[in-house]
Amino acid sequence: MKGSEIIIESLKAAGVDVVFGLPGGMVIPLYDALFDSDMRHILVRHEQGAAHMADGYARATGKTGVCIATSGPGATNLVTGIANAYMDSTPMVAITGQARSDLIGTDAFQEADITGITEPVVKHSYLIKDTKDIPRVFKEAFYIASTGRPGPVLIDIPSDMQLADIDYKPAGRINLPGYKPTLKGNRKQIKAAAQAIAAASKPVFYAGGGVITAGAEKELLALARLMKIPVTTTLMGLGSFPENNDLSLGMLGMHGTGYANYAVTHCDLLIGVGARFDDRVTGKIDTFARHAKKIHIDMDPAEISKNVAIDVPIVGDARDVLAGILQELKKMKREPKKTAAWLEQVIAWKKKHPLHYKDEKGAIMPQFVIEEINRVTKSDAILCTDVGQHQMWSCLFYTHVKPRHFVSSGGLGTMGFGFPASIGAKVGRPEKTVIDVAGDGSFQMNIQELATAVCNDIPVIVCILNNGYLGMVRQWQELFWNKRYSETAISCQPDFAAVAEAYGALGMTITDKNDVGDAIRTAIKAKRPAVLDFRVKAEENVFPMVPAGKSIDEMIGGHKS
Amino acid sequence: MKHTLSVMVENKPGVLARIAGLFSRRGFNIDSLAVGVTENPDVSRMTITVNAAEHPIEQVTKQLHKLINVIKITDLDPDNTVARELALIKVKSDARSRGEVMQIAEIFRAKILDVSRKTMTIEITGTAEKIEALELLLKPNVAEIVRTGRIAIERGEK
Ligand SMILES: Cc1ncc(C[n+]2csc(CCOP(=O)(O)OP(=O)(O)O)c2C)c(N)n1
Ligand SMILES: [Mg+2]
Repeated sequence: MKGSEIIIESLKAAGVDVVFGLPGGMVIPLYDALFDSDMRHILVRHEQGAAHMADGYARATGKTGVCIATSGPGATNLVTGIANAYMDSTPMVAITGQARSDLIGTDAFQEADITGITEPVVKHSYLIKDTKDIPRVFKEAFYIASTGRPGPVLIDIPSDMQLADIDYKPAGRINLPGYKPTLKGNRKQIKAAAQAIAAASKPVFYAGGGVITAGAEKELLALARLMKIPVTTTLMGLGSFPENNDLSLGMLGMHGTGYANYAVTHCDLLIGVGARFDDRVTGKIDTFARHAKKIHIDMDPAEISKNVAIDVPIVGDARDVLAGILQELKKMKREPKKTAAWLEQVIAWKKKHPLHYKDEKGAIMPQFVIEEINRVTKSDAILCTDVGQHQMWSCLFYTHVKPRHFVSSGGLGTMGFGFPASIGAKVGRPEKTVIDVAGDGSFQMNIQELATAVCNDIPVIVCILNNGYLGMVRQWQELFWNKRYSETAISCQPDFAAVAEAYGALGMTITDKNDVGDAIRTAIKAKRPAVLDFRVKAEENVFPMVPAGKSIDEMIGGHKS
Repeated sequence: MKHTLSVMVENKPGVLARIAGLFSRRGFNIDSLAVGVTENPDVSRMTITVNAAEHPIEQVTKQLHKLINVIKITDLDPDNTVARELALIKVKSDARSRGEVMQIAEIFRAKILDVSRKTMTIEITGTAEKIEALELLLKPNVAEIVRTGRIAIERGEK
């Protein structure tokens, strides 16, 4: 069997039924094998799109996403997508072609040291040097990508490795002496955590993407309910706790809700689960949750006490650990009213500092568009976003209730992520309404994937919050740089609806507030790719906001006047 | 404070690059590095010395552990470890000073490897301090020094 066919077999053995990619000289053999297989291939228009699609697919389904590119420029085009997956711990396998193995190191045509280039942003990588290693490498790659703290794994395959004809032997048992993720939490630590929770009168859960990765949302909800503990989530954790629950505080951090940031600042126990105390969450690090004892549950031991000193560290799978804590607490004597005063305080903060925005006559407020999406889809869409103000409004003004329904670039903050990610999400969950909230700047970074959506009949809906600005940067310039809008005005832009139509998608321009809901409904009914260009108020800001370097309770613009 | 990390790694291509990359990217400095295969040909041992306060060294080891090819890391306890370095020192020395250099070498239990009309090459093994002490004595006449990284092993039965 040829190496290229063995690759297809290995993908199938890993349970893969769809891949995203674009061919080139060094993967022609692989694409030739693909031609005869029943593997679904989504042809993209730029390899960055393929990586983000694989990423969006993985986030929406929980399965490992796969992307393919040729050597050299194809491979380097994947880099941003791989880095993005790395920062947000998405399971992904990226396959690249490579120059013939005897030419490696000679600056051969389209040779790029892609294992070297991606080394800082992969969980692991392989360069295949023997065709008979293919089954083992693929098996290991999928195992590494999807277990422990997930992440991208790159497999670089010289063209001659794809061509060699050998006897195919499926991979044997995995033997990785240096890779043994800890799944079960330490029982003693679990007990210590349960005791700390039972003793706390002002506890807060701080839930991150790890809760979703572990599928621990039921355990989190049960624990929060049992002990009456309010829950705030990170951007990556949106959907890990239902925001329509009274105990929800929404998102925390730089653009978090006032009440989440106050609760974290004043709590006496902070329970971090699958979150990594990122600087966008903590603000000024030494004042973060300054009165609180801290429990940290995480899959990755390196995250514990990395940024903030932890009192009760627990390494393990969030689901296993939370279930363990729940069990312990059920055995213990509990005071049901212990957090009552705290919850009242939280309610008071919610009343005093609600999320809000000022309507402006005649304008479509960007926040309103998000609220309309929320109403029309009954909070049940898969919501993808690009990066910028529109992303933060999507975090704040949509009701996130289910895991794997919010797909957004958190750690890397990659403009251009949202649209291809939404295509990947729709491929993985075709029965869902999939909406990409885009910025007029971000959308243009991967706008070419309109062809991919149209040609493969993938009906995603792009809602552009068109403010004519690289809005988030403009906001910083307005607030901290004396309104010197250096290179952030992008009002010179295409007619997005016309561009969409030119690609064969549905295009609409919405300038009246009263048409917002209808436009969304029309796009959903159309069942084809659609671009809705909402002309929103240009110089609106995302509030509340914690200025860089400040404590998270030092928000600006969070007060209703 | 100096730490000596003994890092067992799978003997696979790219491992050294991954480890070196990790150190530079996380802002840790490697003082010295020595790599060699172990009694098991599939496993290499890297002895890495780093200068770090308590907290970063914990981050270093945890991050190192995340590399798939890293099997085991030991932060060697200096009181329970034998450590050695090797240096080759070329000294300018003619017939007149040769005797004196040989005497110094002998005191340090160093070996003379090569003698030419104007130079002598000395091999010394020992702790970093011992090597530096010798270097200091020979200093004005040292032409070249080549030093290995530190290698270290725990005392006793393992
Ligand atoms: C690839 C990339 N380049 C630059 C940035 C810096 N950046 C962050 S937000 C932003 C503005 C995004 O503009 P737009 O997509 O229109 O969104 P808005 O903030 O206006 O909603 C920029 C340039 C980034 N995050 N990613
Ligand atoms: Mg914009």
